[in-house]
Amino acid sequence: MTEYLLIESRDPFESNDLERCCRLAVQLKRAGHDVALFLVQNGVMAVRAGVRTSGLDLALEADVRVLADDFSLRERGIPLASVIAGVRPAPIEVVVERLAAGCKAIWH
Amino acid sequence: MRVLQIIETAYRATIEEQDDTVVYMTHALHGAGAATSVLLRGNAVNYAVADQDASGLRFGTWRQSEPPRIAADVASLLEKHVDVFAIREDLEERGLREETLIRGIKTVPRGELAGLLERFDRIWHW
Amino acid sequence: MADRTTLTFLLMDAPFENARTTTAFRLLQAAVSRGHDVNVFAYEGAVALPFIRQRGHANPVHGRDAAQEDHPLPRNWVAELLRLAGEQGTKLDWVNCGLCVDERGVDESVEGTRRGSPAEFWKMAASSHNALVIATK
Repeated sequence: MTEYLLIESRDPFESNDLERCCRLAVQLKRAGHDVALFLVQNGVMAVRAGVRTSGLDLALEADVRVLADDFSLRERGIPLASVIAGVRPAPIEVVVERLAAGCKAIWH
Repeated sequence: MRVLQIIETAYRATIEEQDDTVVYMTHALHGAGAATSVLLRGNAVNYAVADQDASGLRFGTWRQSEPPRIAADVASLLEKHVDVFAIREDLEERGLREETLIRGIKTVPRGELAGLLERFDRIWHW
Repeated sequence: MADRTTLTFLLMDAPFENARTTTAFRLLQAAVSRGHDVNVFAYEGAVALPFIRQRGHANPVHGRDAAQEDHPLPRNWVAELLRLAGEQGTKLDWVNCGLCVDERGVDESVEGTRRGSPAEFWKMAASSHNALVIATK
């Protein structure tokens, strides 16, 4: 089993990158790996309650751990109460922790 | 340590740089002893097209003497026994038929990406 | 003393162009603050991050003079992280890709940074616990 950290910085509106990233996360999860998805920068725009579609539901349904950078959330005026269920705000330090722990990290 | 270079951004400043700087980096890493492979995805699957021609750029009397030759640079990786993969669906979405591609490119279905990633220690996405 | 964790980061974005730069420095700050040894390979536009000729300016739209605007300059971020690492006794090794420096003419760099090649990046990455590439788009 491998630990993966997928870091997604792009939003689900300009491109389908987030959906593709979520599909990869699900694929890895179903293959038995530990997968976390860290949303940062415009990637956090996917977690505001009321977003129509982002692909994030695929990852959440597959039990991928979805984290959203707390600074990016605040920067975009997304209060904690508006973050969709299943997504956990997290500090950027989490990325460094997981890197230091040796996970395979992919920045997108 | 085995590295997978995932190249997705395509034709970014390739005229100014006279090559793709990530393909260049891959050559450099290989030369430094790295065990690398390349996965082309998104628009970068176009790098697998054999007949790319970026020559002829002129501004006034300035002419580009060494245009990028991306197909040659990709073929050169293959000659150095660097595996070059391309996502099959990305090729199909762009209407790219196998006979137009550089010989030696291996296509990978999107659904097998997880399995490919497992073969590498580091995955660097460009 | 136990082996310190070493992390390598490759950056590509030029200053003042993309949010990736700020995020990258937040990661570097987090890594340095946690006492890790950190390598940075600045590739392409990122070689301008420690360029010492960056200057602040006033903001007429906001009605601030240069001093009031206190414009963030990535070269100061680099210098500060180098200082922080030095104070802690940890390593921050910032390497600018030499050919990238040449073509951009940004060869005056913050003291403590140095010039290298992609082979240097490979050496750093191969001897690190982990390496993250933050590529430009």
